[in-house]
Amino acid sequence: MAKKILIVGGGLSGTIVANGLCRQLRGELSSGSVSITMLGASDTHMYQPGLLYVPFGKIRESELFREQRKVLDRRVPYFVDPAKHIDVENKVVTTQSGKTHSYDYLVIATGSRIRPENIPGMVEGGHWFYDLDGARKLRDALAQFQGGKIVINVNAPHKCPVAPLEIVFMLRDFLIGKGLLDKSEITYTYPIGRLHALEPVANWAVPEFQRHGIKSETFFNTKSVDPQAKTITSEEGVTLPYDLLITIPPHSGQQVITDSNLGAGGWVPTVKNTLLREGSDNVFIVGDTTNIPISKAGSTAHFEADTVVDNLVSLLKEDRWARDYDGKVFCFVETGFNTGTYVWFNYTTPPNPGPPSQMIHWFKLAYNRLYWLSARGLL
Amino acid sequence: MGTRQKIDARGAFCPGPLMELIATLKLVQIGDEIEVWSSDKGSATDIPEWVKKVRHELVGVTKEDGYWSIVVRKAK
Repeated sequence: MAKKILIVGGGLSGTIVANGLCRQLRGELSSGSVSITMLGASDTHMYQPGLLYVPFGKIRESELFREQRKVLDRRVPYFVDPAKHIDVENKVVTTQSGKTHSYDYLVIATGSRIRPENIPGMVEGGHWFYDLDGARKLRDALAQFQGGKIVINVNAPHKCPVAPLEIVFMLRDFLIGKGLLDKSEITYTYPIGRLHALEPVANWAVPEFQRHGIKSETFFNTKSVDPQAKTITSEEGVTLPYDLLITIPPHSGQQVITDSNLGAGGWVPTVKNTLLREGSDNVFIVGDTTNIPISKAGSTAHFEADTVVDNLVSLLKEDRWARDYDGKVFCFVETGFNTGTYVWFNYTTPPNPGPPSQMIHWFKLAYNRLYWLSARGLL
Repeated sequence: MGTRQKIDARGAFCPGPLMELIATLKLVQIGDEIEVWSSDKGSATDIPEWVKKVRHELVGVTKEDGYWSIVVRKAK
């Protein structure tokens, strides 16, 4: 009997897993002893980190998208028919159209989504850039902005943890370019008691904020937004006025995860080294979908996916475990329109970001295109 | 009687123990407890400081072998 691998989710991690498996299981796929199937939600694959550039007109929208079937190895049948229920006991996934897919190995890569509706007033009063519609609306709002109070508001949990700082520094350069910096005031709010979760990044940001007159309010977890009064209020009891609110909304996992009783909030309890679902030996969880206390980021998804590929191939070919995931995360950090830095860390190595440079910014711009090689499993 | 959920955030540099606690508190019921394990000694002070600010309940902070256990009860 052919071994059936089913991948639920057509984002970065699911796609890397699929393409990586195809590269290493060429013979098995040809002989029919292994099959790989993917279920996704869209015909198109989006380069999500590129959304950061949309509000500033720094990327063409066409650069954000590719046809998923062209990103995916042609040997993987791809169905735009998202999972509606995942039954890990009976090893079967039911889709929204009612079809069922059985599997021997399941890879859950359903990702995360923004939930601005979870905070009263945020949909009506806020702008964001974590989806295309929001990024377009923010672009239009910035085009009309003539100065005033801007609040950049960060909520937990959220993916791409450096993006909130990046938008601050890019916004500063945008305001300088429009001659509006002197007429504007930027206030950055963050849920914990410093400017970023990564302490070295937070320490680096403090003098940068001081140098550019950027205000901050830490220990700020949003309770509500009042779109009429144009104020935002925290659970900690602080209210800030705004003329333009840019928020990083709280995130959750996908509905299918909670509907399938696989994890509260859509996050699946996952063993941090094996990436196996807790209690399963044939269900892998990759990318934002895990509940591992680690950054929800594209690089995390990438490094996790590489690990899953190696282990699935090893299990199928040699019936043994290949290697554990070491918690590796790598993030570029744009520190303006012309400079950038990067940070990497894993479960045992703390982060230590270097000084920003133009060269690293250029690397980031190059990666905006090299991403498609990552998705294809080539980089 | 609420349930108790554990977050093993030892060695978690990002988003870190407090951010994990904040996210998890949104998913549990009033009266439920969350036990955070952190290898960052700063958690032993910044988590209680935040819990006091938002008026949840700090059940206890215990120094274990190489990490801190901080238990918080959702109060609102």
